[in-house]
Amino acid sequence: MFKAILALALTAISHGQIAVKADLLFTMTGDLKPIKDGVVLCGKNGKIRAVGPASQIKIPKGYQTLTAKVVTPGIIDAHATVGLSGILNSPKHDQEQLEKSSPIQPELRAVDAYNGRDPLVKWLRDLGVTTVNTGHAPGTLISGQLMVVKTNVPSITSMKDTLVPTSAVASTLGAKALSKSPGTRSKAIAMLRAELMKAQSRLLKIEEAKDDEEKEKPDANLRLDVLVDILNKKIPLLMNAQRHQDIAAALRLQEEFGFKLILDGAAEAYLLLDEIKAAKVPVIVHPTMGRPFGDLENMTFTLAAQLHKAGIPFAFQSGYEAYVPKTRVVHFEAAMAAAYGLPQEVALAACTIQSAKILGLEKKIGSLEKGKHADLALFDGDPLETTTHTTGVIIESQLVSALAK
Amino acid sequence: MRPRKLIAIALAPLLLLPFFFSSAQESPPLEVKIRAYTNATIYPVSSPRIEKGTLLIKGDTILAVGPGKEVKIPADAEVIDASGKTIIPGLICTHSHIGSVAGGDYSSPIQPEVRVLDSIDVRNTSIDKARAGGITTANLMSGSGHLLSGQTIYLKLRKGNTVEDLFIEQPDGTIAYGVKMANGTNSIRDNGGFPGTRGKSAALVRQKFIDARAYLEKRRKHQKEKPDEAFERDLALETLADILEGKRTVHHHTHRHDDILTVLRLKEEFGFKVVLHHVSEAWKVADEIAAAKVPCSLIFLDSPGGKLEARDFEWKNGAELSKRGVVTAFHTDDPINDSRWFLRNAAVGVRAGMSRQKALEGLTLAGAKMLDLDQSIGSLDPGKQADFVILSGDPFSIYTRVLETHVEGEKVFDLENPSDRLFAEGGYGAGHNREASGCCFYR
Repeated sequence: MFKAILALALTAISHGQIAVKADLLFTMTGDLKPIKDGVVLCGKNGKIRAVGPASQIKIPKGYQTLTAKVVTPGIIDAHATVGLSGILNSPKHDQEQLEKSSPIQPELRAVDAYNGRDPLVKWLRDLGVTTVNTGHAPGTLISGQLMVVKTNVPSITSMKDTLVPTSAVASTLGAKALSKSPGTRSKAIAMLRAELMKAQSRLLKIEEAKDDEEKEKPDANLRLDVLVDILNKKIPLLMNAQRHQDIAAALRLQEEFGFKLILDGAAEAYLLLDEIKAAKVPVIVHPTMGRPFGDLENMTFTLAAQLHKAGIPFAFQSGYEAYVPKTRVVHFEAAMAAAYGLPQEVALAACTIQSAKILGLEKKIGSLEKGKHADLALFDGDPLETTTHTTGVIIESQLVSALAK
Repeated sequence: MRPRKLIAIALAPLLLLPFFFSSAQESPPLEVKIRAYTNATIYPVSSPRIEKGTLLIKGDTILAVGPGKEVKIPADAEVIDASGKTIIPGLICTHSHIGSVAGGDYSSPIQPEVRVLDSIDVRNTSIDKARAGGITTANLMSGSGHLLSGQTIYLKLRKGNTVEDLFIEQPDGTIAYGVKMANGTNSIRDNGGFPGTRGKSAALVRQKFIDARAYLEKRRKHQKEKPDEAFERDLALETLADILEGKRTVHHHTHRHDDILTVLRLKEEFGFKVVLHHVSEAWKVADEIAAAKVPCSLIFLDSPGGKLEARDFEWKNGAELSKRGVVTAFHTDDPINDSRWFLRNAAVGVRAGMSRQKALEGLTLAGAKMLDLDQSIGSLDPGKQADFVILSGDPFSIYTRVLETHVEGEKVFDLENPSDRLFAEGGYGAGHNREASGCCFYR
């Protein structure tokens, strides 16, 4: 009993009251330029108590001090499958990211499948990734839901363990979604439209029932109610579309049904920059180091730089890999984009604050500001250089990793 | 002499004719051009880094490498100022699946008679992309879905019209190649004569090599007793006999510590020359690998797993092997890692404790040793072939770009050339004609 109390007390101490000093502190606010000799105070409540130049911030008594050459907000992976697509790649055991029994299954929840104890979650956490938008993979017309979760959460014991239990519904257009049926791109879009129209009439009935007491609210329907939430703009549709005709189709659907669209992958987005910009749609770019086959055959390492130049909001993702590497590391993908024309701080923003904005979480995570979550990644050099090590990771004021990885 | 070189030398004066007529009639048209790259940071790899160095080449051969003050540039040399740039030897990928390479089919697990050279498409854009990544020499191999999937082919990535134009001729007149073998998960298929266990995998391989020993003996006897009579050849056993005689190197895919040791056991029993490839769990048996004096060609991935046998893959493999004196190289395994990321593999090695020198060797000289080509390529030394890469900066920085790739003095990639740039960066049209090959990629 005494031991248990002591252990609890130790946990309480390790949670909070860390001062992090950085030669270069990327707060990812304002013009994105780093503060030289900066300090972040990670408070007891898991939130940032203060942040700024060392000359202006006094480290209070009782604070553990960590130092690093470079510090950034905890890295955010805007689209992953980690925790569902496990390290062993063993179907029925650790591959929960794709159910192929039916092409449209928006009712599949990520919370029911996520395994925060998979070694790949720790792998990402040790490298500085603190938050993932993870869930069902591309591969069918609608494969299921995603959720946002911190990488130190081992099990989903309640919805409170997530930041967002249903952050998006994953949809795929193009070759990856084709099988016996839908067997063509046109059929795929026809099937999606038919399903969304069903949801539209359901939404109409729900609204009518609200206004008119005589009309009955339709019975709950697991699948259609998720689609209704998409039409209500409560849940965004994350549409994986790589080829230009698939991207155009996604924009066409969005215009017809008015849902909140996030373009995913978008390998040939460089052919439709004006159209994407006009539709005010953000893009979660395919992994820069994705493989140039199939619908990605015309991908370019300069896509992020081109989106940046065009003024289209974007973030990076680790995406889904069927084989190896079983998970990608989102800031490594950002790094490769930085090698191909994207400014360094913009690359960092696209795996921190920009990701948070696209996920609607910019008030909580993604930058180092007073009152936001104390999620930090510590590095011994430029976070984007391959030879740099991650030297520490903090999630909500708790030091969760102190390796030199 | 290679046919490709003959064509190059025959055409060069024709192309230059207008120039000669207008300005330099006195220059002998057949003279081989000398070029000097000056003021560059040069990593010869066989010797320490040179600042403000000069690389002097004549035709397809390196004439001199050294500090600018020490290298005398002939008056008729073309001088190219490479200030701010870095020059390294052409990169050597010891394990690649570019060029739509294919080996045996799934009719049987051991197919030594199959030559991958019969499958290569030299117009496949994957080869252009490899040049854009600074690769000048590659070992193109079939997949790991067999115990033995075929004969590999070592190619120089010259701009060729046929696969023969890319061949490497050995001193004995034959072309350079090895043999691809594999153990562990990928070659266990449990159908069509394929093994269902590791024990069976090893037994099948041992039986074949025992057959090859008998074949070798039979051939020796025949050549001694009936030298004028043709010997009835067996293409499969002939290839295995070449391995037993040390004429061909086995390139052996292997991941797990026990599978690695199985390869070492086979090597011990049959005395063949072997390079271990991928070697995910090398760190567990690094002492045993070092004691066996077997070189290792490593893969680097951004995360472990994808299958049970790669679960314990670690970035520290390069450091653990190289510090024990094991000849350690990297490979792309393209399409597993894109050829354009090859330099990055070495940077991951450095991240996990490998020295910069050993990491550079791993991209160049160590690979040349594994292919028995270190007499002609792998470092910038006088007399070696003029295979080199011009970089925008430090070889291990993510921000560094390959600016030019030269094979035997010929520029095969130039970032300034828009069609080359398309292959370097990607974009509309870059993917044409490209397909993934090799085992296990599509699942």
